[in-house]
Amino acid sequence: MNMSLTNIPSPAQMVPIETSPGYWTSVGRRLARDKVALLVGGIILALVLLALLGQYLTLGDPYGTSMFKRLRPIGTEGFPLGSDELGRDMLSRLMLGARLSLFMGITPVILAFFIGSAVGIFAGYAGGLANALIMRTVDIFYAFPSVLLAIALSGALGAGIDNALLSLTLVFVPQIARVAESVTTQVRSRDYIEAARASGASAFTIIRTQVLGNVLGPIFVFATGLISVCMILASGLSFLGLGVRPPEPEWGLMLNTLRTAIYTQPWVAALPGLMIFMTSISFNILADRLRAAMAIRS
Amino acid sequence: MGAYILRRLLLAIPIMLGVALVCFMLVQIAPGDPLVSVLPPDASQELRAQMITAYGFDQPLPAQFMKWLWHAVQGDLGTSIATSRPVFSEVMTAAINSLRLAFLATLIGFFFGCLFGFVAGYFQDTWLDRLASVFSVFGVSVPHYWLGMLLVIVFSTQLYLLPATGGGPVGASGWAWDWAHVQFMILPAITLSVIPTGIIARTVRALVAETLAQEFIVGLRAKGLGESGIFRHVVKNAAPTALAVMGLQLGYLMGGSILVETVFAWPGTGLLLNSAIFQRDLPLLQGTIWVLALFFVVLNLLVDILQTLLDPRIKRA
Repeated sequence: MNMSLTNIPSPAQMVPIETSPGYWTSVGRRLARDKVALLVGGIILALVLLALLGQYLTLGDPYGTSMFKRLRPIGTEGFPLGSDELGRDMLSRLMLGARLSLFMGITPVILAFFIGSAVGIFAGYAGGLANALIMRTVDIFYAFPSVLLAIALSGALGAGIDNALLSLTLVFVPQIARVAESVTTQVRSRDYIEAARASGASAFTIIRTQVLGNVLGPIFVFATGLISVCMILASGLSFLGLGVRPPEPEWGLMLNTLRTAIYTQPWVAALPGLMIFMTSISFNILADRLRAAMAIRS
Repeated sequence: MGAYILRRLLLAIPIMLGVALVCFMLVQIAPGDPLVSVLPPDASQELRAQMITAYGFDQPLPAQFMKWLWHAVQGDLGTSIATSRPVFSEVMTAAINSLRLAFLATLIGFFFGCLFGFVAGYFQDTWLDRLASVFSVFGVSVPHYWLGMLLVIVFSTQLYLLPATGGGPVGASGWAWDWAHVQFMILPAITLSVIPTGIIARTVRALVAETLAQEFIVGLRAKGLGESGIFRHVVKNAAPTALAVMGLQLGYLMGGSILVETVFAWPGTGLLLNSAIFQRDLPLLQGTIWVLALFFVVLNLLVDILQTLLDPRIKRA
């Protein structure tokens, strides 16, 4: 290291350039100014932290049952949010429930984002017969209301986390593929794609360097909006007894097992639903704000 | 116009075939032996082989599918394993109950959705607009099965105003449009109406805002047309799309009411699906899903055609 060289300014520092901020920087700035986005972002961050660290934070025992301490009201000594139908601490179970509930609500969307994007971008870029074949298949899955399809698939496959994840992923793949196909078809006819093709770039290179950057944004925003739906559906499957199996804490399953308690401890029974609602509405609002910040028309 | 309708009808045929294929495959992806419910556990190998031939399980899948489809289009969806009754009649009885509920919920959703949407669209960026959009975000984000539980808690267990569950005073049989029956419908219908309210409100708000920003409205105002006259023009412009969205919502509610019907023990297709799933009654599951999906496809088709007829601006090639 030569000390004398450090005083010489590098060429970049010598020329003062006013660069306009990049696209993602300006999206970030817009979000940072958006109080509602920050609020719901904070809620989601807290829920994610709860999901990751919940098992170290719980004070009570989320699994320990007691027939003598069943269905205690909110505010009971030792049970800040009451106890459930088997005498387990509600606060601990609600906290620990974040892990499976968020996992079931987000994983299918992430999987569907990758699969659906790949299928949709391929269909959109390839065009022609491949496009027709893929998109007509997508249309068939579109002919089912998503709740019905999710329940039909997991009903046939049987209860369990894996089957629920598989069904929910299958519900969202066609939806994401359709969005991916439509944005890719728009991008495909642009001049710069034509230029890249004329310069001899292979289809794979064009998709990697020219198409992906232009289509992933809109697909991503659409997928974020689906997390809210997926949270409700995933918890709904568990609520029906098709998703998570007892005794694992999951909000939908908790709501199901506490249903019989609505006559004795109605407000304790309603708590898991409040968690689902809070998560779902936070993701919904965040997706809306993200769409606005990214200046994407729905 | 006629050519468009014909083309649309023809395009629906492969979709319907695809839907049938998905429903057929539901039984194929289900784990377990399909004969376990009809054969005694100690059945001999010969009896087993006979049953496999009788049910056609030894034939290739495409042949099995064609056979299933041939029976299904004639209304023969097999026999329920749990009740030994024909699946078709079970599904139809339940579907009428579901349709009644979904129809009322859609009407409620349409009324409030239009109300909120018009208010929000007319008073854009005021507190009224913000309140309406909070309502619609609420409507699409709330887990409706939980909302149903809350309504039961408030109106049944705390205020004792309305019955908590069931399809009528004497169970599912014999419906009448009197208070004794209708009171069972109120809470589930309100619960179901929350989603269409949110979606219709969003749509109508966008339509009203878009129409009000157009030049012909400025022209009409300049001509001296009063606010009620302007309102009439806005309604005319928004109506076809709003009605189309309402029609589609009816289909979503028919197919998506399983969770709410479970909460309220409403004797519709949702409750039927629920029992089919838990008794592993695969023919019943398959038949119910097929009827509901077919209803959704036909409704989509009708809405599309009606919208084209109602709105002359839509020119579809």
